[in-house]
Amino acid sequence: MRLTKLTRNLALGLGLGLLASPAAFAAESATARHHPKHVEFEFEGPFGTYDRGALQRGFQVYKEVCASCHGLQHIAFRNLADKGGPEFSEAQARALAAAVKVPAEPNDKGETTDESGAPLTRPGLLADRYPSPFPNENAARANNAGSLPPDLSLIVKARMGGPQYIYSILTGFHEKAPAGFKVPDNKHFNPYFEGWTIGMPPPLSNNGVTYSDGTKATIDQQAHDVVTFLAWAAEPKMEDRKRMGFAVLIFLITLAGLLFAAYRRVWKDAH
Amino acid sequence: MAATTSDAGTRRDFLYVASGAMGAVGVAAVAWPLIDQMNPSAAALALGTSEIDIASIQPGQQIVFKHRGLPLFVRRRTPAEIASAKAVDVNSLPDPLARNANLPENAPATDASRVVKPEWLVLIGVCTHLGCTPTVSTPQQPEGEYGGWLCHCHGSAYDTAGRIRKGPAPRNLDVPTYSFMSDTRIKVG
Amino acid sequence: MSGPSTYDPKSGLEKWIDSRLPLPRLMHDTMSTFPTPRNLNFWYTFGGILTFCLGVQIVTGIVLAMHYVSTSALAFNSVEAIMRDVNYGWLIRYVHANGASMFFLAVYIHMFRGLYYGSYKAPRELIWIIGVLIYLLMMATAFFGYVLPWGQMSFWGATVITNMFSAIPVVGSAIATWLWGDFAVGDATLNRFFSLHYLLPFIIAGVVGLHVWALHVPGNNNPLGIDVKTPQDTVPFHPYYTVKDAFYLVLFVILFASFVFFEPDFFGNPDNYQPANPLVTPPEIVPEWYLLPFYAMLRSIPDKLLGVIVMAGAIVTLVFIPWLDTSRVRSCRFRPLMKQFFWAFAVVCVILGYCGAQSVEATAFGVPLVWVARIATLYYFAFFWLIMPIVGLIETPKKLPASIAQSVLGDSAATPAE
Repeated sequence: MRLTKLTRNLALGLGLGLLASPAAFAAESATARHHPKHVEFEFEGPFGTYDRGALQRGFQVYKEVCASCHGLQHIAFRNLADKGGPEFSEAQARALAAAVKVPAEPNDKGETTDESGAPLTRPGLLADRYPSPFPNENAARANNAGSLPPDLSLIVKARMGGPQYIYSILTGFHEKAPAGFKVPDNKHFNPYFEGWTIGMPPPLSNNGVTYSDGTKATIDQQAHDVVTFLAWAAEPKMEDRKRMGFAVLIFLITLAGLLFAAYRRVWKDAH
Repeated sequence: MAATTSDAGTRRDFLYVASGAMGAVGVAAVAWPLIDQMNPSAAALALGTSEIDIASIQPGQQIVFKHRGLPLFVRRRTPAEIASAKAVDVNSLPDPLARNANLPENAPATDASRVVKPEWLVLIGVCTHLGCTPTVSTPQQPEGEYGGWLCHCHGSAYDTAGRIRKGPAPRNLDVPTYSFMSDTRIKVG
Repeated sequence: MSGPSTYDPKSGLEKWIDSRLPLPRLMHDTMSTFPTPRNLNFWYTFGGILTFCLGVQIVTGIVLAMHYVSTSALAFNSVEAIMRDVNYGWLIRYVHANGASMFFLAVYIHMFRGLYYGSYKAPRELIWIIGVLIYLLMMATAFFGYVLPWGQMSFWGATVITNMFSAIPVVGSAIATWLWGDFAVGDATLNRFFSLHYLLPFIIAGVVGLHVWALHVPGNNNPLGIDVKTPQDTVPFHPYYTVKDAFYLVLFVILFASFVFFEPDFFGNPDNYQPANPLVTPPEIVPEWYLLPFYAMLRSIPDKLLGVIVMAGAIVTLVFIPWLDTSRVRSCRFRPLMKQFFWAFAVVCVILGYCGAQSVEATAFGVPLVWVARIATLYYFAFFWLIMPIVGLIETPKKLPASIAQSVLGDSAATPAE
């Protein structure tokens, strides 16, 4: 009786919200990007967490492959030791930081460049953010045949299709362009990218990196690992969020149960 | 609105108290993130250590660095300044404790326990009275009677070991956690 | 506020306060003993839920403002710093961002409920009009707020919306420039939008006070749409509606929390995780879902000025509803014909929302969506300006029950299973 009314009302309210939600589809044009591949990641779903091994390997792929063109400006070296992240030890994170040159502060004489005119650098500290490979957009474009390699800190959240999309781009270079499709110079065919041509050359190759944990570094494996790493970079608090979410929901459902009993009790003699 | 039996009343009371208590717990749980967000962020905490190059500081000179947003005094003392600090009887000091984060809390305020190397005095440059930055005393431009620092806000005078000697400040200037990485480089925090 | 006060100060302190500032009396009369129709259903709990939403937005907003930097060079990064470095910053920001969607979800249900049960009809016209004003303020606040993260959608949304003012003849472009404080959306715009985004919620809170005040003069409407006649028709607000509102509020919070903790970017747009770039417009500019129906109207009209007029007209129309409805009875429960037009209207609003989310060239079953949106827009206006007045005159309503008490208690006595 009242319960069925309640569920009906709830369903109506929910349906209304879902119907009105943005279901934005791209216009279908001839070179519309292909739907991303169906791959599943450990971090998806309400119970998903990041695979530590994949995060650490993914950081290696980022560092050895992606970092030459793509920045990671929102990640500091200290984050590599954060709980819920790659969870390197603090000493490891310190060593990883020290191996990377970051822009240095002006020296005692007030200089910002060395004798050859290059900007001063120093070894990174935990507090430093990952340095971007190019000082500004113009330099980035000049070094990449006019294309701008985007910063990767938020790339997984900043693209429709999320992790599957990034994975598909990384593993989509082997596909053959259809007959008659002209790929411009300095561009590469990739049907998962809007317009089918992308400025980025195929970044991954089999055994392009050597994993210290013995994992076989296939293209698919590297793509999986680096996408996991980038998903964490975009959403570093995900594990905290889901954990807290369960506690909150259990609390609220209990409270709702109590209030429902109180509600029935109060209204018992009023209907 | 009809009259309730005492039995129903008990159950009603229980439900009220239970849901009210749970609601209160919920509100309290929500309050914590709203309070904790005002504490230093992860980025601020990560900047807790600074490395400082002290090679260019001359004897008798003090250079002020910024550490955790506060002034950090690094003073290279002359032999005369060290001698005058050593000559003071610790028991006559307003604050007989060393206030040195590198030492136990009850260490006495001898000159030796105010420093790591006698030549170098490293202090948080915050007057222990109400937080102003004291002015350094030099032979050319003395500040206060004790050759150390004078806080112009309320007249607290410190000696050449940064110990309070006169005025309203209750404690000696704090010595932060620091260590020598080399003869010319210290790590603070 | 309505009827004599039943507040009875007991202790000396209560008497002392009551004779100087009768705030406890006000609280007692409006929130405790206030006689409320005994037949209010689930849909009437959204008033309380909306108050909760406003509170959540204000509290989380004040906290976010402690960390946010309203400068174009730093705004985007300051939001990311909140998400990453500030203690619980991710939680507070996700609550605030999803809170806006939850707020609009609740306000739409609240408005449709008012429409269905005729809650805008005499003597409640001012409650409705003040409500429309709150809705307008909410849209302005949400728009300003959406600009603040300074992502691609923030920037281009601000550009498109502010450019609407340039449709006004003669002074239009001067107004747009004045809004921007520059020749395009930029630093000056971001700063003033932040200032206004902080201000408006407090104005909303004030107007909500008026809304509630106006409500407490005639008291609640109810699903039957008939007036309260005897004390038998009512129950005191506390505990009957406090407990009912609390229960449904917690259900609403469960929905809210599900989004915050498990799908925090459900209502968001991926483009807004890219920093604003004044040189590149994203391929699809989509406003937040709650503005989509109006966006669809705007896009369906090929003329710039006319499009803006139609869109503004769709909202202004709401103000006139109390006088456009000519029916003698309030509730659609007793209006068989109007009930059908009402549900058609609800569907039309959803269709408009759908059209607004699709690309300009999109089609459905071979029909260009822009034509679907045109017909839907036509129905939207026809519903208020033609159907409401005409149906009210020609329709024969069903027989109204004699009283609320008879309807509620009589029915339950006749059919115990309800």
